[in-house]
Amino acid sequence: MAVLELTNISKHFGAIQAVNDVSFVLEAGQVVGLMGDNGAGKSTLVKMIAGNFRPSHGTMHMDGQELALHRPVEARQHGIEIVHQDLALCNNLTAAANVFLGRELRRGVGPLKVLDYKAMYRRAGEIFKELKSETRPRDLVKQMSGGQRQAVAIARTMLSEAKIVLMDEPTAAISVRQVAEVLNLIRHLRDRGIAVVLISHRMPDVFSVADRVIVMRRGRKVADKPIEASSPEEVTGLITGAIEQV
Amino acid sequence: MTITLDQTIKQKQQNWLAAVLGSQTFWILLSVILACIFLSFATDSFATTKNLYNITRNVTFVAIIALGMTIVIITGGIDLSVGSVLCLCSMVLAVVMHAGYSIEVGIAASIGTALVIGAFNGVLIAYLGFPPFVVTLGMLSIARSLAMVASNNTVVFQFGPDHDKLLALGGGAWFFGIANPVLYMIVLALLTGFVLRWTRFGRYVFAMGGNEHAATLTGVPVQRIKVVVYMISALSAGVAGIIQTGWLGAVTTNIGAGMELQVIAATVIGGANLAGGVGTAFGALIGAALIEVIRNSLGLLGINAFWQGTFIGGAIVLAVLFDRIRNLRQSE
Ligand SMILES: Nc1ncnc2c1ncn2[C@@H]1O[C@H](COP(=O)(O)OP(=O)(O)OP(=O)(O)O)[C@@H](O)[C@H]1O
Ligand SMILES: [Mg+2]
Repeated sequence: MAVLELTNISKHFGAIQAVNDVSFVLEAGQVVGLMGDNGAGKSTLVKMIAGNFRPSHGTMHMDGQELALHRPVEARQHGIEIVHQDLALCNNLTAAANVFLGRELRRGVGPLKVLDYKAMYRRAGEIFKELKSETRPRDLVKQMSGGQRQAVAIARTMLSEAKIVLMDEPTAAISVRQVAEVLNLIRHLRDRGIAVVLISHRMPDVFSVADRVIVMRRGRKVADKPIEASSPEEVTGLITGAIEQV
Repeated sequence: MTITLDQTIKQKQQNWLAAVLGSQTFWILLSVILACIFLSFATDSFATTKNLYNITRNVTFVAIIALGMTIVIITGGIDLSVGSVLCLCSMVLAVVMHAGYSIEVGIAASIGTALVIGAFNGVLIAYLGFPPFVVTLGMLSIARSLAMVASNNTVVFQFGPDHDKLLALGGGAWFFGIANPVLYMIVLALLTGFVLRWTRFGRYVFAMGGNEHAATLTGVPVQRIKVVVYMISALSAGVAGIIQTGWLGAVTTNIGAGMELQVIAATVIGGANLAGGVGTAFGALIGAALIEVIRNSLGLLGINAFWQGTFIGGAIVLAVLFDRIRNLRQSE
């Protein structure tokens, strides 16, 4: 079942054409590996889906309805979650505060609402446990290891029942054991019927979890095929340009 | 392997005692208290009711503005215009009341002026991407010049029919003999502390100072909050201006000159970090108190007033030095 459909999406920043005429369909319960060289436009593409950028051209449809996102909050309301490439964490805040950034839990009546620290610590703790990550909700992110920081960023996607989870290099800075956890989590999301987009430069990660692979080069989509029908050699060729298009 | 994942997750990084001992505000508070104890023994005139009354009241004007400044500094910004805004707001109040309007109208005009100026600063900074330093430096010049225009550079000391009400507002002591400005300061400090710790707005203020890009990506309305923050800063200057007018009983066009530096000094001494992301309302009060105690004690100890700047500057450097040492030890 198609969850999200992108039609002729383009994005330019001034003269730079970051994403050029890209179309594809995300299916529920499917993991799509999105690959491409540095600067190919992968992050720009997922940021448009997450409501961080507006496309210069093209349309998006979700469950058959046109989707025009002006803010990240709107994307989340539609069940779209993202782990940003640089993780988008505030070092001066606690892990829990970062997890809930932009959608803090509050308690109280009427207009007088205060932050519900207790509930946020509790919920963040539950999610870290689910992720099997030794991350303490009350600790400042400043003092955390790369893996813990990644866990905080990933925990954001688990706050609500998402339909689409976009992961921009979630395994870039973490240990082998934690990579396995993240890949497991991705499979877990897929089994729950969530559509996952995994951006990664690590061929083994993509080939072990993805059902489909999309390759981008210089803003254009140059391949979109089932993972069984492709191979790491072919994908490498597509990324570098040795293979033009398939 | 006796520690389970559950226990790890429930652990806290440090207990509250370590947190208190590690905070700059605590050490500054301790220095203020020690200085007061020392001064009460070393001089006859420090621990008198009159002197303490003077100190607490003098602290308030800097402290109230330092509360607003703290919020701005936490977002990673700066507001250099507060001294001039204080002057302009005092002058608007004075001129309006002098023209025969009631105190309510005068205060409304004064607060309105502050909010318009804050919104102007904020919109330029948030939506047009101006550096805060430049915009507020410009406003420092504009606001004082407008105050001169409004008053034709004269001294205003007659405030129309509500003259006495205004003087009572700023100079009275309606509650257990505590000077009114001190009461306003306490109420505003509690309010600021509450907003910073318990509201979503406060959380966003810290998030922006920690990593503005991350805040934007996660959907924090960064631009809107910036505008509000500069409005709060100007408002705090306006409120201080109104109270100071009532206390002084006269307004000249050079009140508040150079005050921005004292205010910034107070916030920095109190633990706010000019790089953003760190600061407390309580720290702002303590910082303002330390500056006032230094000023007061130099006079009482018979030290030449020319030394004031050296001592206050020394306090700024010492306070930040403390923070540096702590960071160095952590990064080792
Ligand atoms: N906010 C922006 N303003 C201007 N140009 C941008 C912006 N964001 C991205 N670009 C440009 O768009 C192009 C695509 O960048 P993007 O970050 O999408 O690449 P990427 O495929 O994610 O690369 P990487 O693998 O290095 O993360 C680059 O040329 C980049 O310089
Ligand atoms: Mg990228």
